[in-house]
Amino acid sequence: MGILESLKTLLFGKRDVSGEKQDEKPGSAKAEKPADVIIEEKASIIKEPKEEKPVADKITVGHVHMSGCTGCLVSFADTYEGLLTILDKYADLVYCLTLADVRHIPEMDVALVEGSVCINDHLSVEEIIETRKNAKIVVALGGCACYGNITRFCRGGQMNQPQHEGFLPIGDLIDVDVYIPGCAPTPQQIRNVCVMAYLLLKGNDEQKALAGAYLTPFMNLAKAGTEACGCDIMTQVINQGLCMGCGSCAAACPVRAISMEYGKPQIERDLCIKCGACYAQCPRSFFSFDVVNQYEGIMDAIDAAMQP
Amino acid sequence: MVLGNYKQVIAARSTDPEILRKAQDGGIVTQLFAYALDEGIIDGAIVAGPSDEPFKPEPMVATTREELLASRGTRYSISPNMALIKEVTRSYGLDKVGLVGTPCQMQALRKGQLYPVGLRDVADKIALAVGIFCMENFPYQGIIQLVEDHGATKLDNVSKLDIGKGKFWIYTERGATVDLPLKVTHKYEQPGCHVCLDYVANLADISTGSVGTPDGWSSVFVRSAKGDDIWAKAIAAGAFETKPMDSVKPGIDLVTKLATDKITKNQKYLESRATEYGVGKALRNPYI
Repeated sequence: MGILESLKTLLFGKRDVSGEKQDEKPGSAKAEKPADVIIEEKASIIKEPKEEKPVADKITVGHVHMSGCTGCLVSFADTYEGLLTILDKYADLVYCLTLADVRHIPEMDVALVEGSVCINDHLSVEEIIETRKNAKIVVALGGCACYGNITRFCRGGQMNQPQHEGFLPIGDLIDVDVYIPGCAPTPQQIRNVCVMAYLLLKGNDEQKALAGAYLTPFMNLAKAGTEACGCDIMTQVINQGLCMGCGSCAAACPVRAISMEYGKPQIERDLCIKCGACYAQCPRSFFSFDVVNQYEGIMDAIDAAMQP
Repeated sequence: MVLGNYKQVIAARSTDPEILRKAQDGGIVTQLFAYALDEGIIDGAIVAGPSDEPFKPEPMVATTREELLASRGTRYSISPNMALIKEVTRSYGLDKVGLVGTPCQMQALRKGQLYPVGLRDVADKIALAVGIFCMENFPYQGIIQLVEDHGATKLDNVSKLDIGKGKFWIYTERGATVDLPLKVTHKYEQPGCHVCLDYVANLADISTGSVGTPDGWSSVFVRSAKGDDIWAKAIAAGAFETKPMDSVKPGIDLVTKLATDKITKNQKYLESRATEYGVGKALRNPYI
């Protein structure tokens, strides 16, 4: 139970958190933080104090848009009020062309990178390199950034940049720390990674251990490579004698390319868009008893952390 | 820890004679879902329903008592119940989902809740996960060979299959019984079962199985806070008849022994995958 308790300690302070949930709001423990004082940018016009610096113990997060469809960012926003909680308590969004007017990639703790890189577009290449230089943790957000996804099928020849034909997952150009596969990645998964990234950067050693244990599978995926396909279910699971026919891959596939025939996955590879969701969701790709055995406590804690 | 975390373990059976008529053991799974459906605890449950072929399960979303009754009984073959876990929250429109499954399917479910890579909006819609004890499973062709070849019995005529007391039992509609030594079943086991380290569905809300209790009864582990709450309500509603586990034979010791045997054997196989399959190479280990 060590890592679970440390999660609670970080989120709720040192108080006993076994009591009522209403009392567990992380906000109450941090009420004195300057971040809770919300000050408008245009304060000078209405003679209010100048904006204060963001709170020290929030992390800084940026969303970097490479050759993506913005669906990953929509998924992040689909955390609904949870997104506001994340931005209130845990993270400042320092860069996101879709949502804010910061033009150049700043320094940040976590870069959520969506989309693959068109290597025929020099600006894109510069941006991904700059992202790596400016971010402590680079997260490949979604199937395109992790594995190329639909851009694996690009081959140029279209107006008005017919030479834009080479697209690579970001891991082929820079080192990537964490993968969040899926097309689109789920809001719940992005939320979980946000909470865990906060613990990893702002927690004590024990809390870092918890976040590390949770994130390890996604770090391992980032180390394992930049290619994904429905074929992974064959090459890495069935061929390896590990498939037990649960059907998770079929449920995870966004394009219904997987059906279960006599209890085993049947993969329509011409439907597959190479997003990597099936293999990542498979309980026989990675499975950590340390983390999953504590599912009840971890889910409760994340829920509590998301309370406004 | 071979039995996982649990709040209580009891011997139980359904109080509903209609459920018991075709239940594999104590009718726990069917009764739990029927009760939860009546009470609005779930809107429906993913169960192993019938299919065109005898004793071949087909995952099904049951939203009525009739559909639950149709899925009674163990089919010793693979039913990919997790394949419906997302669809049940989409076209079926369920908000409170029940799911029955083997230990590996409970693992898949909990992984899917903690790491929802392709399972958007599924995690918080799981209302009741019932796990069944599982020593190993068989591909459907394996069941055909066991029953029709080794058992010399037409599968269409079979009324019940059971594994217990060291044998594979085949009961026919007309009252004949065939038993096979478990030894002959081993080569038909699904290979993926040999890396499984869970016997009594440690990650379910409530798990149940036949081992430990007399015929017609089930052993029941109440595990999570959710499971504890639902079990208490079901008992209060008179859905189950119960006995203390230590009052029945063969009791919890046999469950512990079989769980230990399974985990020990499969742990050994997992280790052998790292060293005995190849030279300077290892087969993949999913347990990081």
